[in-house]
Order: sequence, then structure tokens, then C-alpha cells
Amino acid sequence: MTIGHSKKPESRDLFPGALEMMILQSLRRQPMHGYALVQHIKQRSNDLLQVEEGSLYPALQRMLKEKLVRSEWEISASNRRVRTYRITTAGIKHLEREVTRLDKMLEGISLVLSTVKS
Amino acid sequence: MSWFSRLFLRRRIYSDLSEEIQQHLTEKIEALMAEGMTRDQAEFAAKRAFGNVTRIEESAREAWVWPKTEGILADIKFALRKLTRSPGFAATAMLTLALGIGANVIVFSVVNGLILRALDVPHPENLFHILHGKDGFSGQSYRDYVDFRDRDPSFGGMLACQYLRVGLKVGNLVTPSWGFASSGNYFDVLGVQPALGRFFHAADEHGPGSAPYVVISYDFWRAQLNRDPKVLGQTVELNKHPLTVIGVAPEGFHGTDATFWPDYWIPVINAAQVTGFDDLPYRDHFSFDVFGRLKPRVTPTQATNSLNALASQMAKDDPKDDGLTARVRVPGPAGDDGDPTKMVLLGILLLASLVLFAACANLASIFAARAADRSGELAIRLAIGSSRWIVLRQLVVEAVLVSIAGGVFGSIFARLALGVLGRLRLSGDFPTHFPILPDARVYMAALTMSVAGGLLFGLLPGRQVWQTDVIQTIKSGCLRTESFRRFALRDVLLAIQIVVCTLLVTATLVAIRGMTRALHEPLAIQPEGVTLAWADLRMAGHRDEEMLPLQKRMEETAAAIPGVTAASVVDTVPFLGGGQWFVYRWGTTDFLPSHKAFAAPTFVIAPGYLKAAGTPLLAGRDFTWHDDSKSPGVAIINETFAHKLFGNGPAIGQRFALWETAKYEVVGVVPDGKYSSFTEEPQPAMFLPLAQGVGGVISSSATILVRSHLAPDQITAALNRSLSAIEPNAPFTIRRWADVIDLSMLPARAATAALCVMGLLSALLSITGVFGMASYAVSRRMREQGIRMALGAQRSQVVRSTLSRPLLLLFSGSAIGLGAGVLASGLISHFVSLATPRDPLILFGVFLTMTLLGLLGSWIPAHRALAIDPARLLRDS
Repeated sequence: MTIGHSKKPESRDLFPGALEMMILQSLRRQPMHGYALVQHIKQRSNDLLQVEEGSLYPALQRMLKEKLVRSEWEISASNRRVRTYRITTAGIKHLEREVTRLDKMLEGISLVLSTVKS
Repeated sequence: MSWFSRLFLRRRIYSDLSEEIQQHLTEKIEALMAEGMTRDQAEFAAKRAFGNVTRIEESAREAWVWPKTEGILADIKFALRKLTRSPGFAATAMLTLALGIGANVIVFSVVNGLILRALDVPHPENLFHILHGKDGFSGQSYRDYVDFRDRDPSFGGMLACQYLRVGLKVGNLVTPSWGFASSGNYFDVLGVQPALGRFFHAADEHGPGSAPYVVISYDFWRAQLNRDPKVLGQTVELNKHPLTVIGVAPEGFHGTDATFWPDYWIPVINAAQVTGFDDLPYRDHFSFDVFGRLKPRVTPTQATNSLNALASQMAKDDPKDDGLTARVRVPGPAGDDGDPTKMVLLGILLLASLVLFAACANLASIFAARAADRSGELAIRLAIGSSRWIVLRQLVVEAVLVSIAGGVFGSIFARLALGVLGRLRLSGDFPTHFPILPDARVYMAALTMSVAGGLLFGLLPGRQVWQTDVIQTIKSGCLRTESFRRFALRDVLLAIQIVVCTLLVTATLVAIRGMTRALHEPLAIQPEGVTLAWADLRMAGHRDEEMLPLQKRMEETAAAIPGVTAASVVDTVPFLGGGQWFVYRWGTTDFLPSHKAFAAPTFVIAPGYLKAAGTPLLAGRDFTWHDDSKSPGVAIINETFAHKLFGNGPAIGQRFALWETAKYEVVGVVPDGKYSSFTEEPQPAMFLPLAQGVGGVISSSATILVRSHLAPDQITAALNRSLSAIEPNAPFTIRRWADVIDLSMLPARAATAALCVMGLLSALLSITGVFGMASYAVSRRMREQGIRMALGAQRSQVVRSTLSRPLLLLFSGSAIGLGAGVLASGLISHFVSLATPRDPLILFGVFLTMTLLGLLGSWIPAHRALAIDPARLLRDS
């Protein structure tokens, strides 16, 4: 799976903003650094979503710039110097808005799909 | 985080990102090794899971950049590199533009200072000048002013002021000094506050001579009195008349004339004591400038109508106001549609912008040629995926960069030139100050011109970029040019340049011809070898009855100087100023301005003046000292005067009048001369005897006129010595008459010089334009011509085929330009009165100039075409 501004539409198998929502949701539960974030998303999705690990970083940079998350260098439990991301208030608001939008969209799509079936 | 600090933080953001990604990989590798992989296997797997590190890092960085801005920054860097690699091209382009923009900045700055800028008073937007409606006088009489002020409802306040030249005594030294006699409400209407002390007010006016006060200007206080605060309450002497200093005007305040900087202001009710003449009672002495503050929501047209209604009412009350009309307009040249300064300046501004346009056309063709030469590079950039827009943007950035640099150099050059121009003083001791230094508006205009020019000549080659056929270009190594038979953009640009150049050369030649014609106009005087010494005797405190004997003594003393061949005394001489009087036909009973025959410049002369000045008598006699106050009034008139008043019959013995008690018999006729400028139309003028004055009014102004063969410094020293021996208190100004006349020509000379510079600039541009075109044609067709010569073509055929196009353009462009010049002759005659583009000599001159330009421009390319060695050329390629 690739995220971001790829020029080939066929390779974009997640809708734009999906990765951002997953990251924000994960960070809302607890602050994490990049590697942990990848592991977390993989586990939570039962390895159904094959995320190219690196695609996380452009998304994190964009969210840093829009101040949805903030980051600090810290020493982790395993005694590594890691860059930990935390969600900001703006990030929480953004997440809630996006989740509502997603719910509505899914509802619409499933309604259409169900009419086709019947 | 602002965008600015982000620019500097970016380096840290990027290094954080790289470190973070490395950490991620390390952690992943360690995790995989813990699962039992070898290090190599783990590294490979980790990298595959992560994806392309470089690409991901790059796309992560993109969050922090602005692609547009940074693209342009990169373009600028690239353009700078390109330009420094071809310094000759860059320097030529910048110099061309610097000259074009510099010329425009100079002219625009002068226009801005003299026409566009508002007066330096609070709320200049509602201050208006009130002039005569019809008869061309700018001044008003004081009595009319008082009626306007008190009876017209359109104005919130109205002031009057009068220029005054007095002998001002500071310490023991009397110097000629200019200032204003102004109505009591002057400062209150203008709304200024004193820097020191107080101003006089309308409440100070209690009848003639009741306000013996003077307010001095800030500059005078600083320069002459060293900012001495104790000056308040002291008395200064104006023409030996003591006045008390009550205040100092604020810094920079100089009243209602943009170019005149007075030393002082005195209340008008005290002016008569200083000047010895009371202007206030006369409705036909138009010696006051009147300004008013329009009330809100009143337009100048409404105010004009209201004043005219009042004027006809006033004419019923007092017949002296018969025919009085008024006009309300913006002060200064800005408000006057026909003002010659304004017309000339706007004309020159138009020509200057044409020069800039020609410079841009020139640069456009240079840039187009450059783009053609770089077509290989451009095609490669297009081929590897750059959009045409980005390629074009790079070309435009380069052009704008060059033009901004040119604009900066041009503005610096203009600023220096304006600094020199601004220090010029036009006439004698009149304290002029031309506010022509560039201000923010001028610099904004320069920037706009630079950017607009850069866009203009940067975008023109854009067509080429759009039409580039990438594959063809890369194959052949150069842009597939459009057929040489069709007219290309470059041809049009060159033609435009030639048309503009021809127009400018025409205008320049017309101006020069007009100037030389003016210099050969009959003056009816011979100023060469004449030295003038003038002073106002009232400055030394003399009374009327003392004037004549004193003036006679001065004349005798001057005549006694060894080496002096003739000396005479006169109130003032042509080109030095002088008053005009209304002339009435004999038999007029009501001396109302509306009944006058005409107004005539008047000179009050001693016997022998005509001979000393070199004016021949056509008929009749010169005055004698017996033409004095006891004998009947006599006058000498010029031909136009005689013709206008007495028709074609003999004028000697005819009579005319100036007012009830000033009646004259004509005793002599002299030829028409020029009295204030070379370009004036023939006008009536009269000479009256010194001993009679004008209707018994004795002039206090005395000019000693001395003709001699002595060197200028010798005669100046001798005059100074002998005149100050007679009258030590009157400050004499000594100047050669020819210099005075030259000074009066200064504006015309400056305009002609400006035109010459423009003409020269555009001629240079045309030469380089023709040169560029011709040498480009030669070099592009070098191989073809080599083959033709190898096949037996004559050299003359080769030259003809390469140069025919530039020369065809030159001649057709010149023809169009000349045609336009002839069509615009009406416009040109607006500011050159004695010549027209229809003059065959000028037509020939333009033709000759353009041919010469063509020859100069195509000489070297023609030589190169002639020097083609077909054998070597074909071998080389």
C-alpha cells in the first residue's frame, strides 16, 4: 500500500487521509515513536493492511506542520533515543471531524451497495 | 513558527527526519535479528519493508517546502549563474535599461515635483488658487480680494499675498531679500503653527501701518540668525523701515508657491510703508495671489460660478470691476491646462517613455536571440520532463532580474543627476528651490517600470518556448527557425525601435532648429559687451525726490570709468523683468480695465539709453533731460505698439494715455524686440523718460547700463567701486547682460538638451538594434552564403541578401516614423514655437541621420559577410 501523492491512481488502495486517521487514533491512545506506531497499526489491523513502513514518515511530517501532532526526542524504555509523537488538541478535533465524515461516507456507500444487492 | 524562522529551522527538521528513519531501521533490524535472522538478512528485510528511503525522505521533506517560491528562488540562482557566465551580455542589457529607466526617473521625478506633488501645507486638497477668468492675469487686486473673501459663500477662508523684494538689514549688512506681504488671516487659513513666537492674525489689522510685525522663515532663522531664540521682539529693517520680529515659521513651510522660498512675511497693511507704494486702494492693480479653502462638498466649478456671479454684482457697484471674471483651480502648474512648463514636461515624459519602450524592444530581440541560441538546453529540459511553463518562468526570471538591476542603476544615476539639477537657480536672487528629488512615489514608479519592462521583453521570446519541437531541436542542435522569408517577431521589434528613434530624432532636430531660430530672432538690442548693475534705491531708504539726482549721478560716474564707451540709467531692461501698463486710446474718458487697448511692457529710460543698448531709432527723436515733470509727457514706442494703436499711418505726434493724468505724445519709434523671452510673439512695448516717470510715479529701481571693452571682472570691480562710493547702502547686483539673457533661455535650453539626450539614446539603441539584427543574419546564414559563394555568387549579392532585411526594416521604419512625426507636428509645435517637422531641412536631416545610423549599424556585419572564405568555411563545418 502506498499513501500520498502518487501519480498513478490504481496504486492508491486507501482513500486519502486514512493513514492520518489511523496515526491520530493510535496516538490518542498513547504517545509513540515511529517504529512503535507502525507495529501498533499492523497489530491492530491483524496484518490485513500491508503498510509500507516508510510511508508513515511523510504523513507524520505533514501532520507536524499542520500542528495535529507534536514530537520530542526522548529516551525509550529500551534505552534508545527515540522521537516520540503526541496528539495535540487540534489533532483530536481533526480526528473527530474526520471520523464523523468517514462514518457518513461508509453509511452512504453501504446503503448504495445494499440496494444493488436487493 | 513563522515561515521565516522555518526557513532556518528547516536544516534541523531534515536532520531529525534522517536520524529518525535510521533509528527506525536499526530497531527493525534488531527485532528481526532477535527472531533469528543474520545481520545481512535482517538489513535486507528491514529495507524492503520500509520502502525507498531516499524517496520517502524526499516526500516527507515536501511537507515543509513551498514548491512555487522555492522554484523561483532556484530560477534566480540559476539566472545569476547564467548571467555571470556572460558578463558582456548582462552588462549591455543592464546599461541599456539603466539609461532608459534613468531618463524616465529623471523626467518623472521633475514632473512629480513640479506638477503632481501637492503643496506643502496642511490639507492641500481643499486649497485652491483664484485667478482672473479671461484676461490671463493670475493676480487679483486687494479690493476685489476683500469683496471675494467677505461676500462669497463657497470658501471657508481666503488669503491674499504679494511677492516683495526688499533690502533686509541683518547686522550692518543690507541684502536683497524676497518675501511675502500677506493678508492678516494668511497663516490661519493655511493652518500652520509657528515654530517660535506667534504669527500675525486678522485681528492685528487696524488700518494702514497698524501691524509693524514680521514673521521670518525657518531657513532664514537658521542660516542668517543661527537659530537665535532671542530674535523675538527685536526689530529688523526692511528698506530702512523697522518691523518687530514676532515669530518664526515652522521648518519646511514656504507658503503657496511650490518653487519659491520666502525669507519673511509681513502684514499687507504695512507693505506700503516698506515699498513706498500703496497697492490696496486700486481695483486695477492685480498684484496679489489669492488662495481659498473650499468648503466641504463645494466643487471648484461651483465656486467659479459663484465668484463670477459676485463679480458681475461688484461691477455694478464699481465700474472699475467691469468685465471682472474669476476662475478657481488647483494651485501650481498642475491646475493649468495650458501651462508651458507642464506641456513641455509631459511632452518630454512621453518621449522618455518611448525611449524606454525602444530599449525594451531592443532587449526583447536580444533575449529572443539568446533563447534561440539556448534552444538545445531548453529542449533538453523539456525532454526530461520540465513543463513549458517552468522553462518560460526561468527565462522571465532572468529578464526581470536584469531589468531590476538596470532599474536600480538607472535610479542611482537619476538620483545623482537630479541632485545636480535641483541646485540650479533660475533667476538672479529670486530664492527658487525645485522640489525635484525623487520620493517614494518616484521609486515605486521606477520599480514598476523595471518589472513591467522585464516582463515585456522576457515574455516575448515565450512564443519560441511554446513552439519548440523538442525532437527536431535535439536532432538539429538548434531551434527550427521560422522561414526567413516570413517576418519574425524580431523584425517587428526592430521596426518599432526604428519608428520610435525616427520620431525622437525628428523631435530633437525640430527643437534644435527652433532654438537656433530663436537665437537669431531680432532682439532690437545688442547685449554683447554690456554690463548691468541694478539696485532698488528704496532699500537704502531714499525718498522719491532724491531718486532722479542720484540716478543721474550714478550714470555720470559710470560713464567716467576709463574704457566705458556708453552708459545710461533705466528702471529695468528687457529680460530682467519690468512692469506692464494698460494703454488706452486717446479720448478714452473712463479708464476701466475693460476699455484698454492692450497691456504693454514699459521701460523708463534716461536719454542715451537707446544708443547704449544698441536699439536703433526708426523715426523721431530720443528723449532729452528736458523731457521732465514740467514738460508734456512724451513716449517712444515700438512698431507693434504703433501698428496696433495707430494703424499704418505715421505714429510720431500721435497720442495715448495710461490714466487721467498720464497722457503721452509719441516722439520716437523703435523696432520690435524681445522683452522677456526669445520665443514670445511680437508685442507692443513703450519707453518713457526717466525724468517724467510713469505718470509722475518715480521708479525706485535703477539699472546702470554700461557698454565697454573691459574684461568682465575689471568692469565689475570698477562699477562696484564707483557705485558704492555714491550709495554704500544699496546692494547692487552686477551681471553681464548676455548672461541675464542666457539665464532666461535656461528652461528652453534644458528642454532642448533633454530632447537631445533622448534622441541620442534612441539613436544608440537603433544602431545596436540594426547591428544585432544584421550580425545575427550574417552568422545564421554563414554556411549558406559560403556555399553560394563557392557556386559562384558575387560578393555584392551576398551582402545584399544578408543585409537587405535590416536595411529594408530601417527604411520602412524611418518612413513610418517620419510620417508620424509630420502628423504629430501640431503636438510638437506645442512646445517648440519656431520650427515644425514639415520643414524640408528637418526632413532631410532626419533622412540623413537614419541613413547614417543604418550604415553604422550594418558596417561590421557587412564586412563579416564580405570576408567569408568559402573554402575554409565549408572545410570547418
